[in-house]
Amino acid sequence: MSEATSHVNPRMSQEPIPDTAVERVSYLAEGHSLRSWLLTTDHKRIAILFLISITFFFFCGGIAAALIRLDLLTPAPDLLSNDGYNRAFSLHGIIMVWFFLIPSIPTTFGNFLLPMMIGAKDLAFPRLNLASWYIFALGGLATLATVVLGGVDTGWTFYTPFSSTYSNGAVFMAVTAVFISGFSSILTGINFIVTVHKLRCPGMTWGRLPLFVWAHYATAVIFVLATPVLTIALLLVALERVFGIGIFDPRLGGDPLLFQHLFWFYSHPAVYIMVLPAMGVVSELITNAAHKQIFGYWFVAGSAIAIAVIGFMVWGHHMFVSGQSPYASAIFSFLSILVAVPSAIKVYNWTATLHKGDIVIDGPLLYALGFIGLFTIGGLTGLMLAMLSIDVHVTDTYFVVAHFHFIMVGGSVSAFFGALHFWWPKVTGRLYNDLWARLAALLIFAGFVMTFTPQFLLGYEGMPRRYHVYPEAFQPLNVMSSVGASILALGYLLPFTYLLWSLRYGKPAGPNPWGATGLEWTTPSPPPKHNFETVPIVDKQAYCYPVGGRGEQSEPRTQNAKQDDG
Amino acid sequence: MAEVSRLQPQFPTLERQREADHFGMLIFLATEVLIFGGLFAALFVLRAEHSTEYTKASKEMHYWLGGINTAVLLTSSALVALMVEAVKAGSARLAKYLLFGALALGLTFLAIKFMEYGLEYRDGVVPQLSAAKLRGGPHALFMDLYFAATGLHALHVLGGLTLLASLIWPFGTARRDTSAVFAGNAALYWHLVDVIWVFLYPTLYLAR
Repeated sequence: MSEATSHVNPRMSQEPIPDTAVERVSYLAEGHSLRSWLLTTDHKRIAILFLISITFFFFCGGIAAALIRLDLLTPAPDLLSNDGYNRAFSLHGIIMVWFFLIPSIPTTFGNFLLPMMIGAKDLAFPRLNLASWYIFALGGLATLATVVLGGVDTGWTFYTPFSSTYSNGAVFMAVTAVFISGFSSILTGINFIVTVHKLRCPGMTWGRLPLFVWAHYATAVIFVLATPVLTIALLLVALERVFGIGIFDPRLGGDPLLFQHLFWFYSHPAVYIMVLPAMGVVSELITNAAHKQIFGYWFVAGSAIAIAVIGFMVWGHHMFVSGQSPYASAIFSFLSILVAVPSAIKVYNWTATLHKGDIVIDGPLLYALGFIGLFTIGGLTGLMLAMLSIDVHVTDTYFVVAHFHFIMVGGSVSAFFGALHFWWPKVTGRLYNDLWARLAALLIFAGFVMTFTPQFLLGYEGMPRRYHVYPEAFQPLNVMSSVGASILALGYLLPFTYLLWSLRYGKPAGPNPWGATGLEWTTPSPPPKHNFETVPIVDKQAYCYPVGGRGEQSEPRTQNAKQDDG
Repeated sequence: MAEVSRLQPQFPTLERQREADHFGMLIFLATEVLIFGGLFAALFVLRAEHSTEYTKASKEMHYWLGGINTAVLLTSSALVALMVEAVKAGSARLAKYLLFGALALGLTFLAIKFMEYGLEYRDGVVPQLSAAKLRGGPHALFMDLYFAATGLHALHVLGGLTLLASLIWPFGTARRDTSAVFAGNAALYWHLVDVIWVFLYPTLYLAR
């Protein structure tokens, strides 16, 4: 990326820049009616539909988080009642997990980029893709209905027998919402797997796939194999709640632990649904920032698959204190520690890619670096939690809360914002002001660390999660955390201003503002309806950046592009 | 689905599109297997924790009716497999007869199933309706899981029958789709319905 195209926008005047010729024939110009959006089968438009929906839910979940942090400012229950607090954190968890994090990167950037990165005109099943959004929207409506009905107090985990027998919240509606959204995940997963297998353009061998595609392939496998188990687990909770069949009720011969097994068989792999796409994004951002081939392509690609596979065999580490067999716990502990190996391979390889790279520090890179740092801390504390002896000590404390927020919020949400900044010029055709992007990245990082580091300390000293009344000794750390959360909120709000501003006043991006090598950058920005004028023919590895550094023009990856130049 | 044989813009060839449709269906079936996997897990846990009661409950099942139903469903599956071959060979009339046969057997399966539900009601082993005999406990739970599993299975039978019927009307795919993409996928779904029953039958009826 050269000076002229980045950093400071030369047009600082408040005059909107008129549409360019490229923009007039792009996918965005294929009809402006509401109908042309709601009935579209174009993967790029469906990605935008998803982007708008999950942004809405990110705000909903964020409001619940703000209530929680405000209430925790003081040791007394002053803002929310006990019941109100339970409902706030349950809603926060349910919305953030199923209506933001799970769909976040796959349904937006995965949807938009997966076909473009492999040289395809669309996903394999475009109508199924649209159906996926409608199902997601229906699930979202059911979530909002849950709020209207008074919310739930079970936490996002719906543990039985509380959820099935005792809770007085709108459990049935909440379970229905998550149940419905699961089918959206399944359809997206099927679509991605078939697309990667069947729609790669000529020359796009498995060994030449961008790592973003490998990560989404691994994610899609988890979508397909884990989500149905959640579906049936929630169906059984609903049956028990409505008919009282007693499958999770020991008085009637049932077993409440069965729910935990079924739930975590989905929900642990679901953690990797949240983080694998983020890792794919970071692989793209890092190689582009260093302008270098990735270090150890097959190790990074293979580790995505390894994480997906091992991820299915570690669910029992959520149940160390549930009374399951200690032998099972020991095996789950060992397997959980094993996941650290492929995760560490990724971190080392990203670092090695940056080594001696021709690095430009811009917004996207700062988000990627934020991911690597926060993911490493989240991962290492995850290792601590995988140890039986430590886990028993910190189970259900703020230590666990801090750990998974480091992975999901510090890691995945940072990567989501990184992806948003990196591909914004491709999606919208406009450049934003990178100075603001760097400021937002720093605010998010600083706000995040300030919010969640105190929670590690709180948890280690014994503050349990899901309580809003606590001993006074914990107040200073809680105040720190709440102040950090307000900085974090500012950091999240900032991009919405300058990104929306860029839609009207930003400079046209041109096809490849970052000098990146992916096939998606060979198309105009924003891309035309069917992505590629002629089917690309690939004859190179991914990330073939020029050896001579940024001064050199990177060679196009496709033969067609070469012919066009000639 | 009527336009299965028309090439959609994202596919380079019709051949590739057919492979994709087939592959997508297989992955979808994997998700179906996992959905039922949760119910099987619940049944196995019940069996492990209350094995005496589980055996006793299983002994009260009408295993002859279940056995007949197994034969009915397997036969219909065989007819559907032959139907796909007939569609590929272009013998539309034969395909149609085979489909009618499979549909009739599928409906027979449902009829026998509901008759069985009726008998169970008479026996007083429907936990939510006739409290006469069962009040809580592993036997009631067994019956609840039985109704959940066979009920969900019956919904899948209905779905499969709808798919098969749509080959005759409204799509008439059996007549012109010699590559048997839609017919092949509908058949795959029907085989899955069959396979799930083959596992449900011993788990529920033969654990005596």
